[in-house]
Amino acid sequence: MRFTVNKERIRLWLLGSRTSYGALFTLFLYLLLIAIGFVYLYPLLFMFVTSIKSPQDLLNPMVQWVPSELYLGNYVKAFRVLNYPVNLVNTILVSVAPSLIQTLVCSVIGYGLARYRFPGKHLIMGLILATFIIPPQTTVIPQMLTYRQLGLLGNILSLLLPATFGQGYRSAIFILIFYQMFVSMPKVLEEAARLDGASDWLVFARIAVPTAIPAYVISIIFSIVWYWNETYLTVIFLEGGIQTLPMQLAKFTQAYENLYPPGMVNIFDRINEAVKMSGTFLNILPLLLMYFVMQKWFVESVERTGITGE
Amino acid sequence: MNIRKLLRGEMSHRAREALHGYTFVLIWIVGFLVFTLAPLVETLRYSLNEVTVMATGIVMDYREWQNYTRALFTDPNFVELLIEYVIKTLVSVPVVLIFSMIIALLLNLRFKLRGVFRTIFFLPVVITSGPVIKELTAQGAASAPQVASSAAVTQFLQQLPAFLRNPAEYLLTSFILILWFSGVQILIYLAGFQKIDRSIYEAAAIDGASAWESFWKITLPSLTSTTIVNAVYTIITLSHFSENEVIRYIYSRTYDVQGGIGYASAMSYIFFLALVVLLGVVYAGLTFGTRER
Repeated sequence: MRFTVNKERIRLWLLGSRTSYGALFTLFLYLLLIAIGFVYLYPLLFMFVTSIKSPQDLLNPMVQWVPSELYLGNYVKAFRVLNYPVNLVNTILVSVAPSLIQTLVCSVIGYGLARYRFPGKHLIMGLILATFIIPPQTTVIPQMLTYRQLGLLGNILSLLLPATFGQGYRSAIFILIFYQMFVSMPKVLEEAARLDGASDWLVFARIAVPTAIPAYVISIIFSIVWYWNETYLTVIFLEGGIQTLPMQLAKFTQAYENLYPPGMVNIFDRINEAVKMSGTFLNILPLLLMYFVMQKWFVESVERTGITGE
Repeated sequence: MNIRKLLRGEMSHRAREALHGYTFVLIWIVGFLVFTLAPLVETLRYSLNEVTVMATGIVMDYREWQNYTRALFTDPNFVELLIEYVIKTLVSVPVVLIFSMIIALLLNLRFKLRGVFRTIFFLPVVITSGPVIKELTAQGAASAPQVASSAAVTQFLQQLPAFLRNPAEYLLTSFILILWFSGVQILIYLAGFQKIDRSIYEAAAIDGASAWESFWKITLPSLTSTTIVNAVYTIITLSHFSENEVIRYIYSRTYDVQGGIGYASAMSYIFFLALVVLLGVVYAGLTFGTRER
């Protein structure tokens, strides 16, 4: 009798019950998570380890994952090549300013679509989806030529103007996020304010905006990240004017050789993968910091805004 | 009846609502016309001309469909790159969908350190930019660790017929890269899980359904629309990614002195068309596949 009870307990412990998963399953779950997690982090680990290798370590085939010393020379060089302080400020400006404008404008558009009935609404919704699909290549050349004529190439206005009119980078997604958010807003709130004589814009600013804070947070965060990482349009519109970190990384080798001409410096100071990886790491460092500080908002606001399409 | 009278309230409720609605959306309509539709039409015009940029302005020389025939029949690179892009996308989409669903399923369970793993799986969204990916791939950091280079795998790949070898090779060498494109999709799936009514699972469990059966009979069918959204999102992200070979080729030809702009415009339109067809095929495949069940 006693034996069977024990056996039952072991079985429960291993295989789980209605309330707990059981040891075997838990073990399997963690193994799977760690395996996938390792694969995910592999490029980052590789990048970080390579970036602190000294030139001797790079040449030594015995040194794979543990460098013989912590060598920061690569970072010093990459810092100079990227012109870090100036370009960091530029990148922040170029990603934050359009993001704020884009979020504000998209919320207004999303509100209009969600709370009013008017002819042509479905056409507009369809066209908004279309703007998400249209490759930038089919619109960028005339835009570039127009900006050139107006003298706006290399000026941040060339990114701000489209954002102001709801045509910023991936604006369609943000409009849809706000649409979803405002569509589920209870009508009662709006009507109460209207009885008090509030105008449409006052209702929007006082009633709608406060209920949509999660949508604003997610919009601003994602906008910043996407504008930061976007290089196709920024290179075309800003080249020759404002330099951003990703733009500088894209021509890293060239910039490096301008600072350290290959014929002039000794062999250990020539460009190598360690310096490149340092540059790459410096490039993503601000975003990593922002992510770790705000990661709760990143992940949870998506669940709270409940974007699943439909 | 003048407009002022209209605005003062002597119009129907419905007309007033529409008018107010338009005031919110007007900015988008203007923006669409100026920043999207006009350039789109202009690019179409360029694609039918040889365009030369002068100091004084743009000179166009009408060439009918010459730019298109050049891209499709004369250029040795473009069609090849386009086919490669279609194959890569078709390989990547199922991988992204399956992995993001598996990871979302795992993250949907209750366990310790859930937040940590969620942070890890979502990390790539923050750092995937063209130049970063380019540097990482150049250093071989994007391939599945130790797998792609092993002798057995290389041997195996050589036995495969060419039409299978290229996708398989791509899958192995860019495996992590493909996974890195599934961050947002994981979140969308997680949000999708939240929307499924818990009581359906309870009812199924009382009827004796195992977790395995519940997944195939309840979870998956409820996620059809989510999956379609994810598939579309994945295709668009991969297609618009600045390291996409087709895009890089189009970009590199734009600055050709002789007829570069016209030619690049024509290629952009062909690429656009290919993207739309691809979306259509995947959409049809997903809706058809789920209706069968």
